[in-house]
Amino acid sequence: MSEPLLRVEGLVTTFPGARGARLPVVDRVDVAIARGEAVALVGESGCGKSMTALSIVGLVPKPGRIDAGCIRMAGRELRGLPVTALRRVRGAEIAMIFQEPATSLNPVQTVGAQVVEAITLHESVARGAARRRALGLFEQVGIPDPPARFVAYPHQLSGGLKQRVMIAIALAARPQLLIADEPTTALDVTIQAQILELLRGLARETGTAILLITHDLGVVNEIADRVAVMYAGRIVEEGTRAAVLGAPRHPYTQGLLRSMPARAAPGERLAEIPGVVPAPDMWPSGCRFADRCVLVMDMCRAREPERTSFGANAAARCHAVVAEASR
Amino acid sequence: MEGHVLGNLFAAALIGLASLVAWRGRRSAFWSERIAEIVRRRPIATIVVALYLGVALLDSVAWRDAQPGEVSVEARSLLDRVFPSDFRERSYSAPLASVEFYGGQPLAHPGRHLLGTDILGRDVLHLALGGARVALLIGGLTSLIAIPLAIALGLAAGYFGGRVDDLVFLLLSTLASMPSILLLVALIMVIGRGPIQVCLALAVTSWVSFCRVVRGETLKLRELDYVQAARALGVSELRIVWRHVLPNLSHLVVITFVLTFSQLVLSEAILSWLGVGIDGSWGQMIDQARDELARDPIIAWNLAAASTALFVLILAVNRVGDAVRDVLDPRTLRESS
Amino acid sequence: MLGYLLRRTAWGAATVLGVLLFLFALFFLYATPQDVARQALGEKAPPEAIVQWLVNHGYDKPAVWNPQHPFDTRLAEHFRRMLLFDFGRSDADDVPIAQRLRDGVGPSLSVTVPLLALGLPLALSLALLVAFFRETYIDRAGVVLCVLAMSVSVLVYILGGQFLLGKLLRWFPISGFDPDPSVLLRFLALPVLVGLFAHVGADVRFYRAVFLEESGRDYVRTARAKGAGDARVMARHVLPNALIPVLTNVVVEIPFLFTGSILLESFFGIPGLGSITVDAIHSNDFATLRVMVYLGALLFIAGQILTDVAYTIVDPRVRLG
Repeated sequence: MSEPLLRVEGLVTTFPGARGARLPVVDRVDVAIARGEAVALVGESGCGKSMTALSIVGLVPKPGRIDAGCIRMAGRELRGLPVTALRRVRGAEIAMIFQEPATSLNPVQTVGAQVVEAITLHESVARGAARRRALGLFEQVGIPDPPARFVAYPHQLSGGLKQRVMIAIALAARPQLLIADEPTTALDVTIQAQILELLRGLARETGTAILLITHDLGVVNEIADRVAVMYAGRIVEEGTRAAVLGAPRHPYTQGLLRSMPARAAPGERLAEIPGVVPAPDMWPSGCRFADRCVLVMDMCRAREPERTSFGANAAARCHAVVAEASR
Repeated sequence: MEGHVLGNLFAAALIGLASLVAWRGRRSAFWSERIAEIVRRRPIATIVVALYLGVALLDSVAWRDAQPGEVSVEARSLLDRVFPSDFRERSYSAPLASVEFYGGQPLAHPGRHLLGTDILGRDVLHLALGGARVALLIGGLTSLIAIPLAIALGLAAGYFGGRVDDLVFLLLSTLASMPSILLLVALIMVIGRGPIQVCLALAVTSWVSFCRVVRGETLKLRELDYVQAARALGVSELRIVWRHVLPNLSHLVVITFVLTFSQLVLSEAILSWLGVGIDGSWGQMIDQARDELARDPIIAWNLAAASTALFVLILAVNRVGDAVRDVLDPRTLRESS
Repeated sequence: MLGYLLRRTAWGAATVLGVLLFLFALFFLYATPQDVARQALGEKAPPEAIVQWLVNHGYDKPAVWNPQHPFDTRLAEHFRRMLLFDFGRSDADDVPIAQRLRDGVGPSLSVTVPLLALGLPLALSLALLVAFFRETYIDRAGVVLCVLAMSVSVLVYILGGQFLLGKLLRWFPISGFDPDPSVLLRFLALPVLVGLFAHVGADVRFYRAVFLEESGRDYVRTARAKGAGDARVMARHVLPNALIPVLTNVVVEIPFLFTGSILLESFFGIPGLGSITVDAIHSNDFATLRVMVYLGALLFIAGQILTDVAYTIVDPRVRLG
């Protein structure tokens, strides 16, 4: 297989905990995204998926920092790059959109100016040409009446329109990878579908790869080619969409799918995974899901499971699955 | 009632109050953790403030030495008794000097005045230490008047809203719009120049901003779910305010008290300079030392002692105040939980 | 928006009336005019002189209620005259107060305007610098310096400045004022310098907090994700947003440019409105003091309304709401 567009190996991102210790919120995570591929990173809040995304572009908020791992984009190592080089990567090679479009746009700048900035930061283009390209982007992302919206301020636009502007900003410098951190969570359900369709369509048109961060399995189903499931800082299952969503192996993934409201019959009690996600300072030795797992064995509490592949399309980190498979 | 008896009562009340708070506070993990954190962050500043408090308390406990046949003897505090009873000279003398500054006459207590003497011959170190009591009186008494007033009216305005709110808000706007120094002076000129009157005037000008904060917080708290639930259960309004709203304001009270303390003391210094301050304050010392720098050779020790004493206390209170605000601010409380 | 401004103006008017009422209660009901008269004329003044003085200064009318002529009371007189800016004469030396005010505005402005014009860019630049290097030694040192500077009393700055620069180094005259442009600068230098030093600590701390708060916002993260560098983020994103609270802070001060700084003017012998106020305090001139408090309140309320206007101009969210 050819070298993937983005390869993350052994990423460890830590935050300071009590008494000077450093707690990993991203714990030895591996991610690989091929050109034009859409990969979804799924998990509950606090599992470290957003921090993984921020680590890739080097925007981990202080006092957090990346302690280990390599992040290779198109063959080039991003960790350790001088700030000026990293700035050129951001926007032009890897772009990112965030969850809250309302606060993610500069309130005192017109949305048009913000898109133009995304262009002129990376290319020396004349003002007029940049403006024309920005207007074209507005059209591409489906904003009606682009010239009128161009001079509008963020607060004058609806949530859906604001998110379209964010997508326009992200695609302005023609990146090869777009990281979308919960892009639809803050939007109405009807708008969610539109935005997802937009993302999918644009990605296909421009050949941009997508890394989608989400907690919503329904969203995953719409867009992703491959899925990775995160729990307490580690990737516990990964594979093609069909494999992970259709035939999940890890008990956590199974629990997530079972608990989706869409899967419950009317009148039936919703299934849930008992317990809560442990905080980084309370991670047990051994498998972190052990306390909530229906398949838990003695081995689970003693040793962390290793990554086991099941063909080219699936892999999971679980003792029970390995035990089952070897029977 | 005589001045020193009032001072004794005040000191006793303060110690009593502090012990009560400490005893109740020990049982609350919330407060003891917070206080430990504050001390951990600013150990030096806390010790400095405690030292000033100690000196102020020493200076508050005073009594007369009953002498047979003496008509009137001044009451002397514990601080006064550290110094010899008749420690005065006739006029200026430099620190640790043995002769007067002007004229060179030998002093009554040569070499004993660590910071020299002022124009009336009083020992400057004694005066500087005595200013601590005045400063803490200013901060303490003023806050004692202003804070309950602000809470009472702010609570009423925020909780009951409507007409009450409008009235209180009008009162706040009226007071807030008058420049505070002018208002202070006007008040003092009218109600008198004693220490209690000055504290009262300071209270009138300083309760406004805290009242606004209380009003804002009460508005927020009123809409909280558990307050609505209590109301739905039929709990009386007064009880709701007392048990649910008031305790949530306690951290604000502490923050406000510490942060406005330095403002109050600095304001009094300006009042002293304008001639309407409290006797014995550092501000008064600075005012009296005004033209000493213009003399030739200059007399600097008076001004230096008062300014330094004032500066060190204000700095320490500011430092502690920052730590108090960081530790008790509900926003940081939320982030750390 | 117009409706909002009208409401604010109405509220301001109500506050002005409240201020006048408060002043009346303080000066006329609590302190008796006889005391004021005696202070102005001296303890030994004969009763007829006191009565005459009271009549001259309008203190002879009944305070609040006059059965014969409902509006011929001190209360009504007080309100009428203040609202019409008919300030009468000083209790201390009989000079018309309005004239004193006119004479004093110029000198006051000559100190306060340079203070603002120099102090604002200075504090902003320092705060920007410190915020740019946040969490480094520069930032920490800056914050400590600010707290140190804030903890020193203004009086000490004044006395120290006078001593150091006036007496010791003899760079500027210790005090005094001369409107002649060729020497005016020398007299203004010291009060302006001292004023700058006295306020820079608190200002930088406040502006730094504003800059830091804006720097932590989501749109800054977006700008960084676009590939913008720190300098550009500061200049193009943080600064314009931060200027909104900064501006409102400054606009509130504008009316007070006219009243002048009490301390600076009296210490440095500037014959402005601040000096007038201090003289009124020292000579128990209640009439002038009343006027100064009233004007101060008026200017404050005007400042509030100006601030609201400024907000609507500067913040697109308010303007195009």
